[in-house]
Amino acid sequence: MANENSTRTELFKELDVVIEQWKNVPGGLLPIMQHAQEHIGCVDEEVQNYISARTGEPVSKIYGVATFYSLFTLEPNGKHTIGLCLGTACYVRGAQLVLDELAKQLNVEVGKTTSDGLFTLTATRCIGACGLAPAMMIDGEVYGRLVPSKVEGIIKKYRDME
Amino acid sequence: MEFYRSQILVCTGTGCASSNSHGIIAAFEEELKKAGIEKEVKVVHTGCFGLCENGPVVIIYPEGAFYSRIKVSDVERIVSEHLVKGRIVTELLYKESIDENNNIHSLDNVDFYKKQRRVALRNCGVIDPENIDEYIAFDGYQALAKCLTELSRDDVIDIIKKSGLRGRGGGGFPTGMKWQFAKQPESDIKYVCCNADEGDPGAFMDRSVLEGDPHAVLEAMTIAGYAIGAQQGYIYVRAEYPIAVKRLRIAINQARENGLLGNNIFGTDFSFDIDLRLGSGAFVCGEETALIASIEGQRGEPRPRPPFPAVKGLFGKPTLLNNVETYANICQIILNGPEWFASMGTEKSKGTKVFALGGKINNTGLVEIPMGTTLREVIYEIGGGIPNGKKFKAAQTGGPSGGCIPASHLDVPIDYDNLISIGSMMGSGGMIVMDEDNCMVDIAKFFLEFTVDESCGKCPPCRIGTRRMLEMLNKITSGNGEPGDIEKLEKLAVNIKASALCGLGQTAPNPVLSTIRYFRDEYEAHINEKRCPAGVCKALLNYVIDPEKCKGCSLCSRACPAGAISGQIKSPYTIDSSKCIKCGACESTCKFGAISRK
Repeated sequence: MANENSTRTELFKELDVVIEQWKNVPGGLLPIMQHAQEHIGCVDEEVQNYISARTGEPVSKIYGVATFYSLFTLEPNGKHTIGLCLGTACYVRGAQLVLDELAKQLNVEVGKTTSDGLFTLTATRCIGACGLAPAMMIDGEVYGRLVPSKVEGIIKKYRDME
Repeated sequence: MEFYRSQILVCTGTGCASSNSHGIIAAFEEELKKAGIEKEVKVVHTGCFGLCENGPVVIIYPEGAFYSRIKVSDVERIVSEHLVKGRIVTELLYKESIDENNNIHSLDNVDFYKKQRRVALRNCGVIDPENIDEYIAFDGYQALAKCLTELSRDDVIDIIKKSGLRGRGGGGFPTGMKWQFAKQPESDIKYVCCNADEGDPGAFMDRSVLEGDPHAVLEAMTIAGYAIGAQQGYIYVRAEYPIAVKRLRIAINQARENGLLGNNIFGTDFSFDIDLRLGSGAFVCGEETALIASIEGQRGEPRPRPPFPAVKGLFGKPTLLNNVETYANICQIILNGPEWFASMGTEKSKGTKVFALGGKINNTGLVEIPMGTTLREVIYEIGGGIPNGKKFKAAQTGGPSGGCIPASHLDVPIDYDNLISIGSMMGSGGMIVMDEDNCMVDIAKFFLEFTVDESCGKCPPCRIGTRRMLEMLNKITSGNGEPGDIEKLEKLAVNIKASALCGLGQTAPNPVLSTIRYFRDEYEAHINEKRCPAGVCKALLNYVIDPEKCKGCSLCSRACPAGAISGQIKSPYTIDSSKCIKCGACESTCKFGAISRK
């Protein structure tokens, strides 16, 4: 989760520390990028160039890695990330219906961020809460035993916090 | 060591943590303090007990009282009644753990646990995974001590070979052979890796082992390092498993502090250390060459084998790669002997296997059974059968690489070879149960969507072939299927299996092939009759109102977002199928069961 209180410059300074720690370790590129994603909120062009300049890895390779793994995003996510589990256990218990309802309520496609920047809706791989299927995770908090009719109330809770 | 009269074990695995077990722990600590008994009763955070369906799970010893689905509001009562007055709160106990006279019987007699044999999961739910002393108290690091001080490298490999242990990640390759191959090449540097990139949707046993018993994996990797002559180990674990990552970090630090990792372990000249690498969300990284590329900091694309990783692996050096559950068996084999391990299971599949039981089943959770147990025993005895009186249709094993097993094969003993002969595979151990409401064409499509999404794109059979198959399935489920489509699917599936580069592509067509094999009639109904027998595929559905049952209450017409339902109060309503968007809102609002899918 991107830290809202720090400026981007400060975040890049923190990234410098991580780069120093990993740049000479074989295979150190991924831990550096993981840090950037977690703390800066995305691996956009500026971040890619920054890492490239300090590690000597070509931008093409960094871009290749960023677009290969689903953890990395090229744009910042919304304030709240909703990850609906589409693991098999959730799917056979009706997760698709819940996802459709979420997309309808938020008026956004899966994988996209709402126009007010509040929510990013994603379908995730198994989050391991199979006993609570179908389940979703919003900013790390798990909501289980979902049915489409529960969706509106959960979204409202986050909207009301604004 | 401090003495406590009672211990409260609270599951903090992901399943129970999702249902607020941390809130429950905090409540226990507070209530114990209020009652002034916080020095007499200890709260222990444990790993997964397996019975996730009934989480959060709390067990209080010495009585062995098994409380299930506990809420924060129940805690005060448990403390004041059970821990202060000594009266167990029977109505909060897991109902199968007590008999008709409210006597608690041992967990081994509960249906869910009775047929289980916990080897890989032996410490999960029993010890505090963040405390190395508890692991050591349960024979921890004794296997490593035995290897380093009593056994030669060849002895260790011989023991693993004799045990008959096969890789638990899916392939089922004999583990001892793999160790032998990694020992053979002469090299100054070798690596031991642990594949903890558990990607099969619906499988979470590796996560539970890492969360519940991380030292067992560290110890086994160190033994492997000794056997093949490696100095460094890497655990490649999914970033989506934050609890597992945290506990592994704690475990590695504790092992280093205790001299169980690092230089000159147990005073011998053997040195070994382990580091973590986090996966970044790519299913293909479960494939060994792709996983190695990812640890190297590259895109996680597989490469052709040979050379196998045992010859040329991580950073070009000989590398041994095993799965978490495989490692979780190693220390027990060393301590109890290969004969003990080989006494469990079938002729060609020894020991136990952990399955993650999910889907349409009463006892969702993690079960460890001896190889050779039948699917019927797992689903009906351990799993407690299908909820809501529905009929069993199929069990899916092996995730996106596996297949669906129909009711006619319920009595097949589960082992590697039997599952392959009936068109599925062991895989990493996901077992998803489906009932009559699941459409098998839709399930095949679900898995193919997953593989299309996760295909790395390196080889055309997987990149293009699986997409073409998905298009054909979309055509069938949207009502545009034509005679001959099934044969086309089968032909393409066989070609992809024969030509794809890695295991992901070679097995991607399996869900389609196995559903065609056992549920061809469902495919034919979609194609020839434009009908989805299970009532799942939206394009083939029609919602109708039974005029006999409809009371004319108008609820459905108000719920319909498309304005497709009309009628007059107190007389039967009708649905205009040309306006209907098949959302199902009417069916779920009707109080009289008058609306059905045709």
